[in-house]
Amino acid sequence: MTRKAVGLRAVSLLALLFLYGPILVLVAYSFNAAHLSMAWHGTTLKWYVALIHDEALLAATANSVVIAVVSTIGATVLGGLLAFGMEGMSRSRQQLLEGSLVLPLMIPEVMMGVALMLFFLLLNMPLGLTTVILGHIVFNIPLVTIMIRTRLRKLDPALREAAADLGADAWDTFRYVTFPLLRPAVWGAVLVAFTVSLDDFLVTFFTAGPGATTLPLKVYSMIKSGVTPEINALSALLVAVSMACVALSLHLQRREV
Amino acid sequence: MTADTAVRSQPSMATFSTPPVIASCSSSSSVPPTIEIQGIVRRHGAVTAVDRVSFEVRRGEFFSILGPSGAGKTSVLRMLAGFEDPDDGDVRIDGRSMLGVPPNRRPVNLVFQSYALFPHLTVKDNVAFGLKMRRVPAGQIDEEVRHALAMVKLVGKESRKPGQLSGGEQQRVALARALVNKPAVVLLDEPLAALDQQLRQAMQVELKSIQEQAGLTCVCVTHHQEEAMMMSDRIAVMHQGRMWQVGTPREVYARPCNLFVSRFLGVSNELPGRLGDRVGEDRLFHPTDSDLPPLLLRTEPTEPPGRLATLSLRPEQLRISRDRPADACPLLSGRIDKTLFAGSETKYLIRIGRESLWEARTSGSETPALTPGEHIFLHWASSDGRLFFE
Repeated sequence: MTRKAVGLRAVSLLALLFLYGPILVLVAYSFNAAHLSMAWHGTTLKWYVALIHDEALLAATANSVVIAVVSTIGATVLGGLLAFGMEGMSRSRQQLLEGSLVLPLMIPEVMMGVALMLFFLLLNMPLGLTTVILGHIVFNIPLVTIMIRTRLRKLDPALREAAADLGADAWDTFRYVTFPLLRPAVWGAVLVAFTVSLDDFLVTFFTAGPGATTLPLKVYSMIKSGVTPEINALSALLVAVSMACVALSLHLQRREV
Repeated sequence: MTADTAVRSQPSMATFSTPPVIASCSSSSSVPPTIEIQGIVRRHGAVTAVDRVSFEVRRGEFFSILGPSGAGKTSVLRMLAGFEDPDDGDVRIDGRSMLGVPPNRRPVNLVFQSYALFPHLTVKDNVAFGLKMRRVPAGQIDEEVRHALAMVKLVGKESRKPGQLSGGEQQRVALARALVNKPAVVLLDEPLAALDQQLRQAMQVELKSIQEQAGLTCVCVTHHQEEAMMMSDRIAVMHQGRMWQVGTPREVYARPCNLFVSRFLGVSNELPGRLGDRVGEDRLFHPTDSDLPPLLLRTEPTEPPGRLATLSLRPEQLRISRDRPADACPLLSGRIDKTLFAGSETKYLIRIGRESLWEARTSGSETPALTPGEHIFLHWASSDGRLFFE
């Protein structure tokens, strides 16, 4: 190995350590038997067991799952329709829409949270599960649209022409050709949207009312009374679920057909 | 075509502005033509991609549209398939106007240049697609698909995906996917362009035999003149949006209507010059290059002396000899510039006068090859050359 290659490898390792080190520490401590000490007192699963018996935590989990599932479905349907709709538009219009799709990803999420909260209050909508779901749909639409569009633009236009040539009308072409070819991208988008929704804190924080506490919000409130091994265990589980979703999503999108 | 004389006056490259005269099909039977294209025009912005093109295709005929890229031939094909509509004129299939009829309601199927096979479907499902869209009963679909796959020799590959097939096999699937629907016309867009040379030649023969066997009416777009000549019953030559000549491969090759067609269909050995006086049945032709002697050619008697023209000869019409032939009429002397041995024949590039480089051929490999620098004589039958007037 040349010196250059060694240096490159060292830098890469450092970067990975910087990214994943804290998460590894958190996961490791979720198995630590000690309650308050940072010292290692032996391996245990009791914090995970404790999670299952925490009623408030289970309620938060249920909220998180409901919000993630419903908002993912909503965002996928709307974002997917948008991606297809954009196909038929003029070049300049597509560019305009593309720009406005990226914008929500750029502006600080706090702003987005505050804006959504004010918007709901203006409409006299009581903050609760519904508002959180709507908020999540809003930030997930651009993600879904961009992911489906990327794939859609890679499709050979001759495939849709071939379907039409063989007698398929617009709906049959979508059902038998376009959608099956887009399926990996759609599933990828679903998984990413689900993960982002599950992990979201800021928008949820501003749009959630009483009874709409999600897991990230719960972790935040628990932390106020000190970092407990229980939080470590909960966080470790969240990290595991998110990583699995993202890994699956990447895998689906890499697969060709 | 009207005149039967070997040399006819037609617009040459220099006078492309006059619309070409298209020969109408002399249909022997009373069966109406499968395709009637009547004066179609297609504009892309300021560019006229297809300019007043008319032709007919008879049932069971293999009709090729031949031309360089950008000639407008793909536009014609897309107007037949229904992906584009003409700005003017009419497209009729089986006597019915196709204007405004979407691609999925037209009795034609297109074999795409890129094949456009559905990558997520098996070979069987690709071929079955058209029948499925027409809601044909499943049992019948199975049978028809089996029949079509047998025809293109793909039995045993039914459950493969297109990605697992070779280029030649993908081409066969594309063909089967079209002909399984028994369309009135199969449209072929550069069908063999993506194949390598050897496979291409094998597929030319096979495609032709499938077409004959199934009695298919085919319209094929290609820029490959040899391919068009070998497969087609008739060829239409297109250039700059216009259709310049329609005829059998032999007609178009032997009696091209202008220099463009002549050059596009094969090697055209050319000599510019001026018509001279009449000598019996023949006319004198004075080459512009004053180093060359006047030639006696058989040509149309009506052309006035003094007209500028270009003489064109095919390589196989030329005879080469080392010694001056006794009675050969049109005769030119030249010098061998290059000798190219190609197995069954030897090609010679021959310098004629100051400006012309002609190609001539001798068949067989046993005769001792002429070497570059050698002085030779070229002669041909006085009725063989064609004159294109400016």
